[in-house]
Order: sequence, then structure tokens, then C-alpha cells
Amino acid sequence: MNAKTNRIDQKFQQKLAQGKKALITFITAGDPDLETTRRLVMAMEEAGADLVELGVPYSDPIAEGPVIQAANTRALKNDVRIDRLFELVSDLRTNPNPSLKTEIPLLFLLYVNCILQYGKAKFFDKCVEKGIDGLIIPDLPYEESEEIAEEAVRTGIRLIRLVAPSSNARIETIAGEAEGFLYCVSSLGVTGTRSSFSTDFRDFFGRINRFKSAPCAVGFGISSPEQVRELKEYCDGIIVGSAVVQRIAEAESPDQAVVSIGKFVKSLREALDQ
Amino acid sequence: MKDKRTVLEYEPSQKRGRYGVFGGQYVPETLMNALRELEEAYEACKNDPGFQQELSRLFAEYAGRPSLLYYAERLTQKLGGAKIYLKREDLNHTGSHKINNVLGQALLAVKMGKKRIIAETGAGQHGVATATAAALFGLECKVFMGREDTERQALNVFRMNLLGAAVQAVDSGTATLKDAVNEAMREWTARVDDTFYVLGSVMGPHPYPMMVRDFQSIIGKEVKEQIRLQTGRLPDCLIACVGGGSNAMGLFHPFIEDPEVRMIGVEAAGKGVDTPEHAATITKGSVGVFHGMKSYFLQDDEGQIMPVYSISAGLDYPGIGPEHAWLYDTGRAEYACATDQEAVEAFQLLAVTEGIIPAIESAHAVAHAVKLAPEMSSGQIIVINLSGRGDKDVAQIAQYMEVASHER
Repeated sequence: MNAKTNRIDQKFQQKLAQGKKALITFITAGDPDLETTRRLVMAMEEAGADLVELGVPYSDPIAEGPVIQAANTRALKNDVRIDRLFELVSDLRTNPNPSLKTEIPLLFLLYVNCILQYGKAKFFDKCVEKGIDGLIIPDLPYEESEEIAEEAVRTGIRLIRLVAPSSNARIETIAGEAEGFLYCVSSLGVTGTRSSFSTDFRDFFGRINRFKSAPCAVGFGISSPEQVRELKEYCDGIIVGSAVVQRIAEAESPDQAVVSIGKFVKSLREALDQ
Repeated sequence: MKDKRTVLEYEPSQKRGRYGVFGGQYVPETLMNALRELEEAYEACKNDPGFQQELSRLFAEYAGRPSLLYYAERLTQKLGGAKIYLKREDLNHTGSHKINNVLGQALLAVKMGKKRIIAETGAGQHGVATATAAALFGLECKVFMGREDTERQALNVFRMNLLGAAVQAVDSGTATLKDAVNEAMREWTARVDDTFYVLGSVMGPHPYPMMVRDFQSIIGKEVKEQIRLQTGRLPDCLIACVGGGSNAMGLFHPFIEDPEVRMIGVEAAGKGVDTPEHAATITKGSVGVFHGMKSYFLQDDEGQIMPVYSISAGLDYPGIGPEHAWLYDTGRAEYACATDQEAVEAFQLLAVTEGIIPAIESAHAVAHAVKLAPEMSSGQIIVINLSGRGDKDVAQIAQYMEVASHER
């Protein structure tokens, strides 16, 4: 893989060419266990997900609401180490059984300390080697991103930038440097489902679309097909996280989780394509 | 201890919000403009004589400043070495140094037009101080406190409620100070429009480490004046306990450019730095990013923040403010540690020799003086920052001593 053929870019190009929007789903890796994570990735792709974010479990996920915090705690109890996640990704890319192998764009969502302790260069090299396409780092704002962005440029891994409704004038700078896609945070606060949004989306996305240098996707609080229908007109993709993780937590068994998530993602896909 | 320092000579840092490589603003994008607004509002107030005058008036008429610098003659005799002076921050209104910072930030919140303040607290001292300022200024107030801390400091929870503040017990993670900070940051992310986050220590994202330091540096400024008046010279050594490090930074900062003054921060060694149960960040930690700042943290090799332990809820924190990391790296300050046992012994020693019951946090600083003073000459001077009073700790110390005597 090189900078020109990143799977994220290819996927968005393909969706745009088809006149469709991208569906991005999030799960916490290792919740309830790594084998189920592997099966969930395949099930979500089959049900219509275009990109998958894998949350790297962290002791102190300050951008997350209670649902994903609890998933992090469960996953950490399973001793989910970063190298085991790289092996999982590698397996998804190279499994000899075609039904267990996928080219879906995969991103890690993780806190910057994890990258720094692993070793920046080593971490990015592993992403390339094992088949990760992009990184979302919620505690790495634009001003602090230089040392990580250098590695992203070197390796072609996409560093996903975030903008929020409180970003205001910062949107111009951040959206202008977006690569892969621009992560648009729907509203103030941490992740988790919301019954409604108070953000003025026309104004927010008006600015974003004026300055963006990559497709934009909206996330935080989107939990239902109705909300997908409400938001899809503004952007190029929709991100759903806590609502997926909640269903995994509620499932009585890994098998049931896989079935439940398949159905849910399918309902989101249909809402997005209507 | 292995020397992990990267820079060996002190120089002031030139980059905005940075102390050498330490500091920064590692927070979610949602908070970035709020931090910028805070920085601008603070810079304006810092240079506004009206604001400074108002704060000085509050310090003098409400908080009871200047706090005393007291020559502890009986303790000095007992230890047989350097003369020991105590900076009596325990005599401030609300019983600790925390009020200095809180009055500054609450006044700033009012100037910024905020109607609601939030805070994290460990031992409860910062929470009580924040609740106090909220009452004084007529602000709504919510304090986040780890569930475990609400139990070991139940009296402070009641004090905060009495002052009109809501206390939210935090169950996530280890249910202690770091988790209270996590929860306060999450709340601030959700209500960044109407809420001012009163951070309690010289930690977190810029401008907090700088701002809290400035408000707390009244401690060191007063000491400088008082010790000159009383002895005609500067002290040889300053000692203060460090969790996040605000009382230590407040004492140290005005002395940074006086190289003859040794500065020692004392971390909590809990049950010992060679056990897993301690909070000795600089002694045992490594450089990382957490709670908005690059600094030293207790973490594993994948960057997961490790559970910490200390008998003192106020020192029970896995990180340290970035300017302390810089003072350590450049060799300008030294960092030592004291165990639970040493702190409890110092707690008792100060009570019986001077009739002063210190906060168990401050007792860590006293414990280090117990080791150091006998090695120094009677012509030398140590200033200990007695950052808080010990009323809040009495029940817990009684329990500790009970357990310890049974174990013997």
C-alpha cells in the first residue's frame, strides 16, 4: 500500500461515483473477545458497512461515554494488547479462506499515549505491514498533531482529523488538511446515543463543505435509521459507534451479538441508501 | 534510581504552553476553542490591575492571607539540624492552599460571564474550596469525586453539600482522583458553552498549569519576603508534597531563579516504591501523554495508566504537572518520596512537638524534612509548605494506627 492507494480513499471514491454515502461502524476490539471482533467485522461488512473503526481498549478513554467506557473495561480484562490487535488485522487481510478475508478499510481509534509508548515509527510501520488504513486519535488536536502527522505522511496511513460544532473558525484550517475523511462530531459532549441534536447542521456543514479537502462523515450520538435519514443529506458518510457497542453488550452470546449487529447494520444501510 | 532526565541544565521554556517537551493541549477538538478563550481571558486579567486588586482583596479579607511563616523551634530541636520553618497554608480559609487557586479561577469565571463551575477533587480540599468560591460568587457548582474518595473523605462531601454544591461520585476506572478528572473533562466537553472547569492543580492542558501556578505562587512570594524579614536571608531548602503539584509549584516558582535554594518535591511512596502500591510518579514513571499534557506518568509499556495508591487521597494521582517534569529533567528541583508509614509518623510528630495537625498530604513533606534536617547544619534553613490541615484525616489515621498496631 502507498499513499496513492489507501483503501479509505478508494472506498470513498467508489461511493461517490455510485452516488452513495459511506457507512462507518465502530466496535471496541476485544469486546467481548477478539474472535467475536473478527466475526463482527465480517458480519458488518456483509450487512453493508463500508469502513470499520476498531477501538483500541484504553484505561482512560476521556472522549467516550458510559457505553464505550464499559466496553473498554471489558476488553482490557481480556488482556487485549496492541500486538494481538495487529495480528487480528493481519488475519483479516490474509486468511486463506476467502470468506474470512476482507479488504474493507480498517481504522484504529486510540489515544495518543498508546502510539507514543509503542513507538511512533514502529506503530505506523506495523499499521502498513498488517493492513490498517487510518487512525482516529481523539486526544490529538490539530496543534499537537505534528509528530504524528509526519509518520502518517511517511507511511500513507491516513490521520483522520476531527471538527466539532465548537470548532468555529478552526474548521477552515482543520478541514483544509483533512485526508481519508473528515470526522465531524455531531454535537458537544462525549460519545453515546442522543435522542436529538441541537447543532445547526446547515451552518456547521456549510462551513465544512466550503473548506474540506476530503469527504466528511458525521458521528457521535447517531443510533437509529431515523437519525441516519435526518443527517445523511449533509455529509458523505455516517459513523455509528455506541449503538453498535450497546447491542453487543446486551447480546446473550457472541453468536447472538453477530446476528444482532448484522441486522442493525443492515437497517442503517437501508436508511442510508433510501 | 536510574537517571532518565533528558536535559541537564535549567532554562526557562520559550514555547507557549510548553515546559521543554512537557505540557501542551492534548484534548478533544471540542475543547480547543474553550482553552483558547480561557487563555485569552486569563492573559487579559493577569495584566488588569483591577482584577489583581480584587484578587488581593479576597486573599487578604476572605482567605486570611498572608499565611504565617512559623519557626518550628521544638521540631528543629527534636531533629537536631537545620532550622525548620512552616508555611502555614493550613490556616487559610477552607484549610488548605487550594483556596488561592480557586479564588483566582472563580473570579476569572465571573469575568468571563460563566454561571456554572465544575471541579474534580481527591481528598476533597479542592472540592471544598471550589464549593466555597461558588457560594461566595453565587455560581452553580458540581464537584466530581471518586467513589472511593467520597467514602474515605465523607466529611468533605458533607461540607460541599452544605456549601450548596452537588457532589457526583465517580464509579468509572479506579474510582479515585484520575477518574474524577476524566469525568470532569467529559462534563466540560458536554457543557463547554456555559461551564467553567476549575482545575485544581498545575496539570491538565495549557493554560491550566501556568494559570494555577501563577495563582499559587503567592505562597512562594510571601515566603521570600517573610524569611528575609525573619532571618535576613533566603532558605537553603524548600520542601513540599506533590500529587499534581500545585502547592509545591506555588512555593518553588518564585525561587527558581535563586540557584542557591534547593527545592524538593515529595511524592507518595504508599506501601513502598518497590511494591505496586504507590503514587511516586517521577520516581517510578515515564514520559507520556494523559489528561491533556505531556509529562511523567505511571503507566505500562502500552501506555495504559496504572492504578496508584497512597494513604493520602490528595496525592493519589498517576501523573505530575508538566512544569515539575521540566524542573526535574533540568535538575532544578529534586523529587523524593515518603511512605504511608513515614507520613503517619511525621503526622504524629508534628502534632506532639508543635501542636499542629497537618494534612496527611503535607505530612509527606514533613517526613522528608525528618530525614534531611539532621544532615544539615544548625545555620541552615528548611521551609516546609504545610499545605493543609489534618482535621479531615484524623479518623483515617486512627484507623491506620489501629491496623498497624494489630499487625505488629
